[in-house]
Amino acid sequence: MTGLAEYELHEGEGGAVLTLTGPYLVSTIGALDEELRDLPGPIAKVDISGVTEIDTVGAWMACSISTDHQAEITGASDRAQRLLGALDGIDSEQELAAPRLPVWSRVPEAMGEKMFNARTGIVGVVSFLGALLISAGTLLRNPRRFRMVALVHQIELVGVSALPIIGLMSFLIGIVIAQQGAVQLAAFGAETLTVNLVGRITLRELGVLMTAIMVAGRSGSAFAAQLGTMKLTEEVDAMRTIGISPMEALVIPRIMAAVLMMPLLGFYSSCVAIIGGAVVGDLMLGIPFWTFLARIQEVVPTYDVWVGLIKAPVFGLIVGLAGCYHGLQVRGNSEEVGTRTTMSVVSAIFAVIVLDAFFAVFFTELGWG
Amino acid sequence: MAGDNGTAAPGRHERFRGDNPIVVSGLKNQFGDAVIHEDLDLKVRRGEILGVVGGSGTGKSVLMRSIIGLQMPTAGDIHVFGKSIVDAEPDEEIGVRDRWGVLFQGGALFSTLTVGENVEVPLKQFYPQISDELRHEIARFKIILSGLPEEAVNKYPSELSGGMKKRAGLARALALDPELLFLDEPTAGLDPIGAAAFDNLTRELKETLGLTVFLITHDLDTLHEICDRVAVIADKRVIAVDTVPNLMELDHPWIQEYFNGPRGRAALTAQALDELRRHMDEPVAAHAVKALDKPPAGKDKA
Repeated sequence: MTGLAEYELHEGEGGAVLTLTGPYLVSTIGALDEELRDLPGPIAKVDISGVTEIDTVGAWMACSISTDHQAEITGASDRAQRLLGALDGIDSEQELAAPRLPVWSRVPEAMGEKMFNARTGIVGVVSFLGALLISAGTLLRNPRRFRMVALVHQIELVGVSALPIIGLMSFLIGIVIAQQGAVQLAAFGAETLTVNLVGRITLRELGVLMTAIMVAGRSGSAFAAQLGTMKLTEEVDAMRTIGISPMEALVIPRIMAAVLMMPLLGFYSSCVAIIGGAVVGDLMLGIPFWTFLARIQEVVPTYDVWVGLIKAPVFGLIVGLAGCYHGLQVRGNSEEVGTRTTMSVVSAIFAVIVLDAFFAVFFTELGWG
Repeated sequence: MAGDNGTAAPGRHERFRGDNPIVVSGLKNQFGDAVIHEDLDLKVRRGEILGVVGGSGTGKSVLMRSIIGLQMPTAGDIHVFGKSIVDAEPDEEIGVRDRWGVLFQGGALFSTLTVGENVEVPLKQFYPQISDELRHEIARFKIILSGLPEEAVNKYPSELSGGMKKRAGLARALALDPELLFLDEPTAGLDPIGAAAFDNLTRELKETLGLTVFLITHDLDTLHEICDRVAVIADKRVIAVDTVPNLMELDHPWIQEYFNGPRGRAALTAQALDELRRHMDEPVAAHAVKALDKPPAGKDKA
């Protein structure tokens, strides 16, 4: 029969003879493999003269049977002979998977590694910030080395092209705050205080906070992915050898763009949110659009604007720092780029929210409640 | 007692018996306004190592990508094992993908898998019925056949040197015992010793496994040492396919420049020297080797 690999075990002179017939190929061996392995010994001879086609896998099978039973292989064609010759003496028990510890030592090890990573992470971020300040210092002394074009380009990416999405987001947030606030305040007959609510919460908190989260997702991740890929393709190393400091050429323009754009984006976001609130006021609460805006001026103290504007560049610094730091930490393979990008976004958003809580307490203590 | 394999249809296991496993006719490739290939014809003979040479940007890799179906040609016909590649959809199963192996320039190993797991990928994809144990064994012996040490089996690609990555890529290309092997600049970036070893490996594997090899290279030593025929791509076509000595007779400026330039001559002398060394027991050869080993004023590289 052609097309099927078969075998037969029978008694011959000098012991059992295993006769293999048909094609012994990677495509046909699958069904026979286990049966051939479990053959009862001893086998004295393996006759492969009936094998129509053979490849390395078939030859490997014959080879391992003959090694297991100390059997002799007979009737090999020229091709089979060559293949058997090539496979002769190969014997390896090496595990294919990368070495892995048992669970009871893997779990504590992973924990310990996390702790050490946390420590090196903190040290790393602080040293990165230090290196950044030193480069910034050198740039201040040699302002001609400053890369204006790169900065403008990053400002466009971080700031200008983020306007539509941040605008839309803030507008919707303004609508939601005004609408939900009005419903709750109506219980006290104080719908008009919706103006205070929208004005103060967006300028103090939400405008900047939501913008920081959006910038972390949009630009912080992009920083990490870009720098990570450049690290993998050795572009960063190439820069160093040419004498360009990656800090000056890559990191400073990005972080500066984030620091400069965050206050503008945050303020823009607050303004659009207030417009969203005013639209709701006009349509649902009977407060005319322009009256709503005029009231904002009266009920929101100026320091609320300052609270937002002071927080914004700090958040920008955190987002930019996290993105660039994690990007430059990429080593090894492409999976790392993904991991580091995720880490940069998560750590940036987390740090922004924690800092925001500190700022809230701080400004209240200052009397800017 | 009989083993039974009901799933595979007869005839699928037969090796290709025709003369030309690869036939390219009237191929045209165009990117925007740039025409890379026009009216390109090429036939690869069964069981040969065909070297493909051409200047940078003449479309050697594009030709390979067209043949293996990664690049849809603008016009023309490509048949591999008698089956049309052009008519098939990009990922359509046409029964040839398990019969060729491809070694990409950088190795293109999957970076999140170990070398052994890399070799297992095609086996799992095409022959899921193979037991885990046998599949591990196959992966191991393929890696050793490709000239890697046993310890490399469970290393990640990022832990390997450039030459080892190429060998690991070769092991993956050979995973399915293909009849056709595509190598894209296998010796680029290797040191001369590594390159020579890789050339020997290619030749040995071709002879043992009965492979047909489509080999893109810039390495003149590779061309002289292991290629049965060489196809020259220039002027958007294959201008000649022949053995190296015959090509050197041709009167095309690029071919002359390529094979008779300083590097071409050095490679040729090196090969002649090797040839002579094999006959060192004959006094004439021994003298010749001595003479060639000491170039008069150090002008000639040999």
